[in-house]
Amino acid sequence: MRYLPKSAAERQEMLTEIGVSTIGSLFETIPAEYRLERDLRIPRQHAESEILDRFRAYAANLASGDAEELAARPAGGRSVASFLGAGAYRHYRPAIIDSLVQRGEFLTSYTPYQPEIAQGTLQAMFEFQTMICELTGMEIANASMYDGSTGAAESVLMACRVTGRQGAVVARTVHPEYREVLATLTRHQGIPITEVGYIAPGSGQSRQDGRLDLDALDAAVTSETACILLQSPNFFGVIEDVAAAAEIAHRKGALLIVSIAEAVSLGIVRAPVEADIVSLEAQSFGVPVGYGGPYCGVIACKEKFLRQMPGRLVGETTDGNGWRGFVLTLSTREQHIRREKATSNICTNQALVALMVTIFLTVYGKQGLRELAEQNLAKAAYLEAALGSAGGQRIFSAPHFHEFVLSTREPAAEMNARLLEQQIVGGLALEKWYPELGASATLWCATELTTRAQIDLAAALLYVPGSSIAPPSEPQQAFTGAR
Amino acid sequence: MSDRFVGTPKKATTHVNQKENLIFENSSPGKKAYRLAQLDVPAVDASALLGDALRSDGLGVMPELSEIEIIRHFTRLSTWNYAIDLGMYPLGSCTMKYNPRINEAVARLEGLAEAHPYQPESLSQGALGIMKLLSDCLLEITGMEAITLQPAAGAQGELTGMLLVRAYQESRGDARKKIIIPDSAHGTNPATAAICGYQVANLKSNSLGMVDLAELERMVDQDVAAMMLTNPSTIGVFESEIHKIADILHAKGALLYMDGANMNALVGKTRPGDFGVDVMHLNLHKTFSTPHGGGGPGSGPVACKQILESFLPVPTIRSLPDGSLSLVDNRPQSIGRVRAWYGNFGMFVRALAYILANGPDGLRQTTEDAVLNANYIRAKLEGVFDLPYKSPSLHEVVFSDRLQSQRKDGQPGVKTGDMGKRLIDYGFHAYTVSFPLVVPGAMMIEPTESESREELDLLIDALRQIAREAEENPELVRTAPHTTRMQRLDETSAARKPVLRWKSPAAESLNPVTR
Repeated sequence: MRYLPKSAAERQEMLTEIGVSTIGSLFETIPAEYRLERDLRIPRQHAESEILDRFRAYAANLASGDAEELAARPAGGRSVASFLGAGAYRHYRPAIIDSLVQRGEFLTSYTPYQPEIAQGTLQAMFEFQTMICELTGMEIANASMYDGSTGAAESVLMACRVTGRQGAVVARTVHPEYREVLATLTRHQGIPITEVGYIAPGSGQSRQDGRLDLDALDAAVTSETACILLQSPNFFGVIEDVAAAAEIAHRKGALLIVSIAEAVSLGIVRAPVEADIVSLEAQSFGVPVGYGGPYCGVIACKEKFLRQMPGRLVGETTDGNGWRGFVLTLSTREQHIRREKATSNICTNQALVALMVTIFLTVYGKQGLRELAEQNLAKAAYLEAALGSAGGQRIFSAPHFHEFVLSTREPAAEMNARLLEQQIVGGLALEKWYPELGASATLWCATELTTRAQIDLAAALLYVPGSSIAPPSEPQQAFTGAR
Repeated sequence: MSDRFVGTPKKATTHVNQKENLIFENSSPGKKAYRLAQLDVPAVDASALLGDALRSDGLGVMPELSEIEIIRHFTRLSTWNYAIDLGMYPLGSCTMKYNPRINEAVARLEGLAEAHPYQPESLSQGALGIMKLLSDCLLEITGMEAITLQPAAGAQGELTGMLLVRAYQESRGDARKKIIIPDSAHGTNPATAAICGYQVANLKSNSLGMVDLAELERMVDQDVAAMMLTNPSTIGVFESEIHKIADILHAKGALLYMDGANMNALVGKTRPGDFGVDVMHLNLHKTFSTPHGGGGPGSGPVACKQILESFLPVPTIRSLPDGSLSLVDNRPQSIGRVRAWYGNFGMFVRALAYILANGPDGLRQTTEDAVLNANYIRAKLEGVFDLPYKSPSLHEVVFSDRLQSQRKDGQPGVKTGDMGKRLIDYGFHAYTVSFPLVVPGAMMIEPTESESREELDLLIDALRQIAREAEENPELVRTAPHTTRMQRLDETSAARKPVLRWKSPAAESLNPVTR
């Protein structure tokens, strides 16, 4: 086996030095009836070339991973364009990210509990924490959480500890899977969750529909409420009124938690500075969509809540020579010290993914993050106009970032099946989570990687011939933005 | 080197380290490392579109550098890290094994790295095929009957397992209050039990460091939901009476949860499902070679017996009659999601590549080599260091610092933490210090299968020299490390006055109080 650095002779010599004759004698503490005397029934040992062939077959969408089947039936099901977002966003990943994170010194190092030989990871984490504070408008940030869904749930638990109250009011516009995770993780903690709806289209409140219903929020928050959890941009892509929600929370002694699933929005959307806790999913910053993970959650907050923060924190200090250095700090909050009284059970986090994020943020920097966000905004505006001229209608009128909900004449399933025949993955059908929006509501996303040609193609396919509207022409004609 | 060592270190030497500022201190306005593609749609007026929501703070201290400067910055930082690629991590309970590079190559194949979690199932057959085969392999390895890959790390796996126990018992109208946890357990165990709303009942280990069966028998009653047990235990010893432990629990309607942190001692040699475990987690970043990455990402699949299957998180994978795979989220008894989507998929790819590279023969040899290495170290260092528990070791060995900390001449001795730091000077990472808690002054060593005899001999030589130093020149050990770029860091002041982010000197002078 090529990963094992020993010859058979060396193994035998080592057994002799240990003072036993066979390897079996080292396993005698396992009762005989439980010793596995047969081979495991798993695939045989593969050569590296065979492993690569197999995963190429998987990557070409063959469930069997069978390389011979791939050779006989190439290119089984791929897409040329996708308009999916909904918490997992495809952005360009600069080449230096993978080149740097694959350096063995980063890739294969352990959690930096021995700071003298882990300053690389520690300093990069300190830079990560600093950048997250800057982007979110918060005073402190931790060194990462698993992802945005668990980060949001941990933020709610944290708010309960801070306020000494049990109960959270959660916007229905928070990512449905985040809300499901929250329900799972709070179920046995005696934390009731109250859901607050959004302003429906046609409510007469112009440029407010699609946002959290603030009147309902005000009514739902009581003196028992520990926190409000909202997401901005929300699951519909709409930017919430963070300041108004903060005012409601603070008036009643509760905290405001803002979850952000699309981190790139922070380049152009005002930071949620009125929030007490921000839970960010930083996947957009250089992390592949990768079928849902690994991603990079992170919690940032006001400094006064430091002692209730879950997860690892890196702090600055000095060494014996007075040099600046970094250490994991305040670990008395954590499970390996506090055990059942810890702020969370989290141990391993997402250090390498946080490094990807840090490198991405350094590449784009102060100006690039703004320009990147502007391009996303422009692509989404073009997509909206193009789909609009093909008969689709944006449901919510409140300002959005690069996602929006579209209503079409056709049910989502039929429309998407038609698009998929041309290898285009259309918007995400929302009926499963929001039945009130009907079967024809879909969530569309455009990023800087979405091309005009892809958008035009999707719009042409969306248009149903024979319908009452005219076929799509040059959509920018209807578009009012300045060049 | 002569003044820094008593003997001659065989592995370590000194080398050049470069200074490097924080990235913010290297920034200067107007530099760029990016170039966006030409915009092929009309530009927009952001303030018209966003109104009050437009960001106007100029993004503060975000850095501005060129690409070569960024490459140098992070490359220099990387050289300050120790890593598996540089040498051994004898870290007990962490299983720091080699991270194969083919794993990284296949995880980055475009069809996998670019797969969107909401893409249609017809486009996801390859991704689901990976999850299905990995699930099948892990079930065979553990001897269990059902599995979820969703938990993001070991601690989340524990949480998932406990939620399964709770849902199962509640479904039978048999809600319970307590979880039994041995005093030798990882800290995540009690923290997890608390999050699931359980009280923690601590079980004291017996004189062999093992589960005290009589005490367990006394503790288990109708209030006990489950026991969380690490097997082999954190002192690296197989619980030989594991089946009796399972029987005691099952007789009172309680379940046996196994913390799979030490699974590297068992793969291909015995199966938890066969010896009475009801539910367990695996750490793909320990046993199955996915890289530790300086502290994650991990992945913590949870395998269980059939009685718990209907409670597994959504979604699960189902094979359809036509051979295709499908995700199922309509499962009324499910505990719900523990994480968005399907888990750390990128780690599934790597773990499966590792299993394929090994096959049944390779996995068994891997386990045997891991156990061989630990016993070799034990044989060579027993007597040099105190061995508090003499039971036969599997994949790790736990010594204590008793001989070094309590000197016969009454002089102040050196402690496990000092010797761990001193090991750094010899070109190794420290072993696990002061854990498990049942061993005062613990020195916990897990070599894994990835170490050659030559590297083991270097570690043994280094630890023998450190023992000699502890005798002849304890101050040298107490003030270690001496050869690293940084000397010991002041962790006390870091915690007393936390500085958790960089602030520009200009901002500091405006508001000096915040620091």
